[in-house]
Amino acid sequence: MKDKFDVIVVGAGPAGSMAARFAAEQGVSVLMLEKDRDVGYPVRCGEAISKKGVEEFIQLDEKWIASKISKFSLISPDGTESLIEFGESGYILDRKIFDYELAKSAANCGAQILTRAYVNGLLLEDNVVAGVKYEYQGEQKELKSKIVIGADGVESRIGRWAGLETFTDFRNMECCVQVTASNIKVDSNTLYFYFGKNVAPGGYFWVFPKSGYSANIGLGISGMEGKKRSALYYLNSFMEKNFPDAPILTSVAGGVPSTITLKRISIPGMVLAGDAARQVNPLSGGGISSGMIGGSIAGRIAGESIKMNKPDHILTYEKVS
Amino acid sequence: MYRESRTGKLLIDILPGKCDFCGCCVGICPEDAIELKEAEISIIDHRCTNCAKCIWSCPVEAIKFNKEGILV
Ligand SMILES: Cc1cc2nc3c(=O)[nH]c(=O)nc-3n(C[C@H](O)[C@H](O)[C@H](O)COP(=O)(O)OP(=O)(O)OC[C@H]3O[C@@H](n4cnc5c(N)ncnc54)[C@H](O)[C@@H]3O)c2cc1C
Ligand code: SF4
Ligand code: SF4
Repeated sequence: MKDKFDVIVVGAGPAGSMAARFAAEQGVSVLMLEKDRDVGYPVRCGEAISKKGVEEFIQLDEKWIASKISKFSLISPDGTESLIEFGESGYILDRKIFDYELAKSAANCGAQILTRAYVNGLLLEDNVVAGVKYEYQGEQKELKSKIVIGADGVESRIGRWAGLETFTDFRNMECCVQVTASNIKVDSNTLYFYFGKNVAPGGYFWVFPKSGYSANIGLGISGMEGKKRSALYYLNSFMEKNFPDAPILTSVAGGVPSTITLKRISIPGMVLAGDAARQVNPLSGGGISSGMIGGSIAGRIAGESIKMNKPDHILTYEKVS
Repeated sequence: MYRESRTGKLLIDILPGKCDFCGCCVGICPEDAIELKEAEISIIDHRCTNCAKCIWSCPVEAIKFNKEGILV
């Protein structure tokens, strides 16, 4: 591996992979570092995305489509259901495969990828970000780069290390738990949302169908609600009431930063993208497509900035994203 | 479950058996006091102010107050 890259991307989620791809497309050298063993796993996501949000970035492929969505069902606290029909307008993804494909598309454009590489600091030169420090196979290492793209998700710390105040106020964090369960007899083309302060205070429960009567079932509550009761408590009561005997295939926790995008997401030598930049729809909590959009812009601007040899060009990111 | 407190002042602790390594607490910690690897989590004692925000934000109740600072 080279000892210096034009662009280093931290995190191989949808935002990171798009940043890596759009930077590599400009012909600059790109390395994407991911702390986990696998790109795309574990999946901390309900996996819903609009058709428009996905088509822009990758050609549709049945292998990562778990179901096709054409209806919304909204269920009020007293059990009344309102059904809204859209026509085929979205998908439930199989994100493990989807994220993998996104990373592969970055690799196909020339980006290098390294998993199990945990970034734990930044290199600074005259207060300008000039690379990363990371742990790989038990060894502490360093790599220089002209631009670092922080796409390190909800747990992002990259921005803070560069001096930006990027943590999420706990009241604005949607603290989530989700199970993927089987034997869930729901319509496979409908997204179900359950509302009510006893069900999911300040948020909603989602039941998103996947193939073969399995479904992602989860909720998010704000950290403020979490003072009283945890998301897990609500999940357990919901499952007991609605799907008492459903076999659980996966259970995950996760956070969605439900605030507006950070005011500052770029400083000399570094830009943030995706959840790290809080590029999430604060109403729905959806962040896959906005993360891909943010990542693609970050990658393109980083590539341009290097080609033009104009480091300040990356600061235009705040204006376009 | 025990965990040595390096400063003797740490009042919270993460129960590693319950933690899902999801990063929610890392994202809200105002002091950048939580270190999270793939499946390893720890609190950086000298940064933590025991503000309890991570306790409230953990979706799976994996962080607890610990009045003695050592025994969980
Ligand atoms: C329970 C739940 C349900 C959701 N449901 C939906 C949904 O239905 N639809 C939707 O659009 N969005 C949903 N979201 C939000 C969506 O998952 C995120 O917005 C999206 O994954 C953000 O993409 P990203 O690339 O910014 O970050 P991520 O996908 O989180 O990727 C960040 C990557 O960075 C890596 N990383 C972090 N720190 C480091 C480090 N120090 N060194 C190296 N690597 C690092 C992580 O391991 C991770 O792989 C949901 C979120 C949750 C928690
Ligand atoms: S108690 Fe506060 S400062 Fe300490 S780790 Fe938790 S959130 Fe961070
Ligand atoms: S919020 Fe809870 S489950 Fe998630 S990483 Fe922190 S301690 Fe672990």
